Amino acid sequence: MPKEFKLPETEEGTILFNIDPIIIKDHYEIDYIHSYAQDSPFFAGLSKGKLLGSRCTACNYKYATPRSHCMQCGQKTEWFELPLEGSVHTYTTCYFGSEAFLKETPFTLILVEFPGVDTFLLSRLVGARPEEVRIGMPVKARFLRLSKFRATDVYFVLPEEAPAR
Amino acid sequence: MRPVYMISGGITKFKKAHPDKDFRLMVKEAFDNAMADVPHLKADMIDGSVGSYFSDHFTRQLKAASMVQDYLGLCPRPSKRVEGGGATGGLCFQAAWEAIASGRMKVCLAFGFETMSRVSTWKGNEFIAHASDTNFDYPVGGFYTGYYAMMVRRHMHEFGTTVEQMAMVSIKNHKNAFYNPYAQSPMELTIKDVRQSPMVATPLTMLDICQMSDGAAVAILASEEVAKKVCPRPVKVTGVGCGTDSMRMADRPRGNVILLPHEKEEDYKGLRYPGVHSFRGGRMAAKLAYEMAGIKNPIEELDFIELHDAYTSSEIQTCEDLGLCRYGEGGRFVEEGNPFMPGIDYGLKLRKQGKIPVNPSGGLLAFGHPVGATGLMQAVMAFWQLQGTIEKHLGNDRLQIKDAKRGLIHSHAGTGTYITVSILESI
Repeated sequence: MPKEFKLPETEEGTILFNIDPIIIKDHYEIDYIHSYAQDSPFFAGLSKGKLLGSRCTACNYKYATPRSHCMQCGQKTEWFELPLEGSVHTYTTCYFGSEAFLKETPFTLILVEFPGVDTFLLSRLVGARPEEVRIGMPVKARFLRLSKFRATDVYFVLPEEAPAR
Repeated sequence: MRPVYMISGGITKFKKAHPDKDFRLMVKEAFDNAMADVPHLKADMIDGSVGSYFSDHFTRQLKAASMVQDYLGLCPRPSKRVEGGGATGGLCFQAAWEAIASGRMKVCLAFGFETMSRVSTWKGNEFIAHASDTNFDYPVGGFYTGYYAMMVRRHMHEFGTTVEQMAMVSIKNHKNAFYNPYAQSPMELTIKDVRQSPMVATPLTMLDICQMSDGAAVAILASEEVAKKVCPRPVKVTGVGCGTDSMRMADRPRGNVILLPHEKEEDYKGLRYPGVHSFRGGRMAAKLAYEMAGIKNPIEELDFIELHDAYTSSEIQTCEDLGLCRYGEGGRFVEEGNPFMPGIDYGLKLRKQGKIPVNPSGGLLAFGHPVGATGLMQAVMAFWQLQGTIEKHLGNDRLQIKDAKRGLIHSHAGTGTYITVSILESI
């Protein structure tokens, strides 16, 4: 006699938004195993209160955001320590943002310009009112004490409000 | 290279959401519209296709272009997908151009779509922000409006561009869309409306920014032989150009301006270029396209422009990259009325209204920006302008540029990382 096969019924159900057409909630998430690879020393530097940039060994072009080969000439770069003080090259205060950062709004983004360095560093400016931020304003790096090994381990403040770490 | 012609185009309405049609059906609708305009072109004369959609995150269906290919009945003919952020549609158009110019195909279909309504606006912004360096840019607060806000802040600093000049771009493009039934956001606005809408990232408000959209567009390109046989009014693609820049805005160099034929070195004494205020890739794309099309002075030799105005600010910046005015003059160029349509009342005093209409379609700001479709939508609008068939396709002729002979389309990705410029001409 043939055995009767039957899937067990479950009670998870489906979140339904609409019936014509049928629109349902479809969940998706993933954890990546992400390597900073050749950029790793930058993030290690942040955990030690250092900002590391890249200097081209051939043409001496200096990058505030690191890269292991030079964008100008293709040669290898070496690490060098950036000053912890720079100035605001440009800025914006975000009142909305990507979903991941919505809860942090409003936040101020700046491109930091360092003397003698050819490129900039994207970071956050903390503790300044949106209306007081200006291009050219001096800013000083601060670091999280408990590193997360993220680019946000460093942020910038106005110099007089930046006591030693 | 063989000459390349556009022989038809089709679009769906661009909308916040098209839940009743998936991406395959949207493309099918645009494709059927395009085919209906060229009855002598039979489907079996299409040698292959290029598909365009930006984000696998939005689609959550890898190889979605393969599903379009089979849905349109084009299997087993050749096809591929191209992807290049916001410029995906422009790159797709040029990939189809390459297929014809090289002699590989006689007829090539370029199709594009995006279904951005599948996630919330802020999740969508997160997806888009993944088109910035995920080690150094995205984690800091990745948000494209934030990036463009920083770029225009610097433009304002260098050149004195004002938020009111930016608002005028919003007024223009939203008003143009009033006469375009395919457009997502027709609106009649004032400078005050734009400035008083919610602040998104200083100085850009909600009305300085394009929206998320669902939509599709197709362009059919063909060799001269086929074009003359099947299309009563084909349009010739006389120039293509593409340019690039570093993914990270922070890496932009500060050197000399890439000059167009009508510019001189002394025009830009002391200007450190492109910095973050201008799009070097856009200038490169324009230069290459102008060289191929033999254009020496763009503002005198072009009749209209459809450009990638994801932000009011980027329309101003792009007018400069394209050489419609000098670097630094983009704000004034708008204020004087140059890029407005002639004969439309915008509620503004415009001395030079209609010198060279920019985004007569409504642009990304008001037509909409279903990313993979956008660059092809521009091609379709340019095609109809040059055919003189705007009235036939839009149901009214308010957006028809009289005797349009030559138009430019411009597609743009990232903070200027891939940019295409193509020149189309009536024959």
